[in-house]
Amino acid sequence: MNILSIKNLKAEINNTEILHGINLEINSGEVHAIMGPNGSGKSTLASVLAGKPGYKVTEGSVTFCGENLLDMPVDMRAKLGLFLAFQYPIEIPGVSNMNFIKTALNEIRKYHNQEPIDAFDFYELVKAKADLVKIDQKFLERSVNDGFSGGEKKRNEVFQMAMLEPKLAILDETDSGLDIDALRIVSEGVNQLKNANNAYIIITHYQRLLEYIIPDFVHILYKGRIVKSGDKSLALQLEEQGYKDIYND
Amino acid sequence: MNNNNDIITQLVSDDTYKYGFVSDIEHNYAPKGLNEDVIRFISSKKNEPDFMLKWRLEAYSKWLKMREPKWAKLKYPPIEYNDLYYYAEPKDYKVDADNNTISPEIIKTYDKLGISLETNENLPTSQSCIAVDAVLDSVSVATTYKKQLEDVGIIFCPISEAIQKYPELVKKYLGSVVPVTDNFFAALNSAVFSDGSFVYIPKGVRAPMELSTYFRINASATGQFERTLIIADEDSYVSYLEGCTAPIRDENQLHAAVVEIYAHRNAEVKYSTVQNWYPGDKEGRGGIYNFVTKRGLCAGNNSKISWTQVETGSSITWKYPSCILKGNNSTGEFYSVAITNNYQQADTGTKMIHIGENTRSKIISKGISAGKSSNTFRSIVAQNKNAVKSQNFSQCDSLLIGNQCAAHTFPTIKVKNEKSTVEHEATTSKISDDAIFYINQRGIKTEDAMSLIVNGYAKEVLQNLPLEFAVEAKKLLAVSLEGSIG
Repeated sequence: MNILSIKNLKAEINNTEILHGINLEINSGEVHAIMGPNGSGKSTLASVLAGKPGYKVTEGSVTFCGENLLDMPVDMRAKLGLFLAFQYPIEIPGVSNMNFIKTALNEIRKYHNQEPIDAFDFYELVKAKADLVKIDQKFLERSVNDGFSGGEKKRNEVFQMAMLEPKLAILDETDSGLDIDALRIVSEGVNQLKNANNAYIIITHYQRLLEYIIPDFVHILYKGRIVKSGDKSLALQLEEQGYKDIYND
Repeated sequence: MNNNNDIITQLVSDDTYKYGFVSDIEHNYAPKGLNEDVIRFISSKKNEPDFMLKWRLEAYSKWLKMREPKWAKLKYPPIEYNDLYYYAEPKDYKVDADNNTISPEIIKTYDKLGISLETNENLPTSQSCIAVDAVLDSVSVATTYKKQLEDVGIIFCPISEAIQKYPELVKKYLGSVVPVTDNFFAALNSAVFSDGSFVYIPKGVRAPMELSTYFRINASATGQFERTLIIADEDSYVSYLEGCTAPIRDENQLHAAVVEIYAHRNAEVKYSTVQNWYPGDKEGRGGIYNFVTKRGLCAGNNSKISWTQVETGSSITWKYPSCILKGNNSTGEFYSVAITNNYQQADTGTKMIHIGENTRSKIISKGISAGKSSNTFRSIVAQNKNAVKSQNFSQCDSLLIGNQCAAHTFPTIKVKNEKSTVEHEATTSKISDDAIFYINQRGIKTEDAMSLIVNGYAKEVLQNLPLEFAVEAKKLLAVSLEGSIG
């Protein structure tokens, strides 16, 4: 089943075009890696899909689960099942992780005409998902990302993703700033969460993460265009040859 | 670019003030304006003993020589003191005076505000009960749980009743914490106050329930001048709540109250306010001018007074709930969330005056400004020569929403001995577009995102409110900001 269909997407920020016509089809059960050098438009693509204010789509279309994604406000995209694991998660002092994720979960449930989650079920769910990303329950009582280390913030993103069970998760450089152990934990979490009904976009600089999360497709983004697509061997080739040779292909 | 600054200008209609209705109640007024005859009128309406009339007239003559303070960061046209009514009494508010039956229209009014005036004297009391003194315009129309409180020796009644029934207590304490000439508005209040609450907690008594006053303005072109006096005798404890609302009107209405708290040895008083007077509309029309003097005296050793306020309403707020820490080892606390939106102006804060040895004070202030509002925190921490080993901790934070609002902080610290400590922390932050985007991205719409951020920011203060108040306050914070970001 098609989850995401991007056709000739062009987008700009501050009157500068960053994406010059992206085409990408993602079906359920697939993991897509997007690689590329700094400034190639990787994070812009993630931001445009999630609906971050400040970006302007000038051309093209994006269909998400059969709906016109670009017309929807940010929270609606999330309710439909689009999740963005932030490169730089935001701190929200005074709001506990638990309260935050419960509010989010219930908003999404409400949209799908479901009752708010029962307190006991919620607790069980939190316990299961916290185990999955190996985070301490105490950590969940703390304010959202407030005073968290870089690695803790990234793990918290994966925890939230696990709680909300999105259709499409976009991991924006989730591996940056993670040590090898944390990287393994985060990857194992993703591997356990992926199934035949959801899909992943993994944005990364390095092949390293892709040793743990095996992508079905690898796309090279360069200067706002996908210049090459292939299977996981493309990532290896990239690691060996560097970006330069690939653009020159 | 779709950022705060653009959104802030797209203010939605502000029909969010839930308490803006007008009740169909007729009033008996004092003649318009202010002079000695009006004061005599008020005093005779309340059947006051002579000492009270004399006190009022003295206050009036002193007030005539005083000037309205201009040091606050507030802008408003001159108040025409002769152009308003100083007394408005709901007609026939007691249907049957003998049986204390209140008119159905008044009961309906309070029901709408979520306040029950049921006075079943046979009800058992518990910590979850709240005794209410309901003040409508210039009159206390009902006081609940009076009898149950009387049984443990607590006096809880309208101050007009206390003046008649307990003149000795009134003579001793009225004006003892806020002297008549303390300031312009306190002097005005002393001359014309019409009603309010009186509380006396005897020695060794812990109030078995929360006590509260609910102030409601209904009459137009009328000022409300209420007076509250709380006396906590040795080893006693009381938690006191205050709420207030007013109808939506284009005119500005004056509210000038005085609250005095007197705490004896080992006594503790906790005073919580959710101030929700009508704030005016999004163009800045209408709203209450709220000029209030609140002060507590920790007279005895080991006494404690704690102020918690959530200020969301009024077009102008001028209010500095303070503590005089006279008794050794006494403690003063001030927790405040002040939120301003649209054209609201708040100049609020506290004074902590350390006189006794080893006295402690704590100030936690969270200002939130949105729209074109102005929000000022002002404080004085004074540690006198004899206040050795006294300690103060102050934290004042400002949160800005959009770039058309203003936040100001004016802390003053005066330390006159070398053995005391003062700590002061301050921060200013903005609600960023990135934070809203992050929360939106988890499926939470912008209004709820704002509410999460603001409640998180104010948590340290909100957690000091009694539970049922805290729930209301959280909702109120969200409602107050509605339309400040799209």
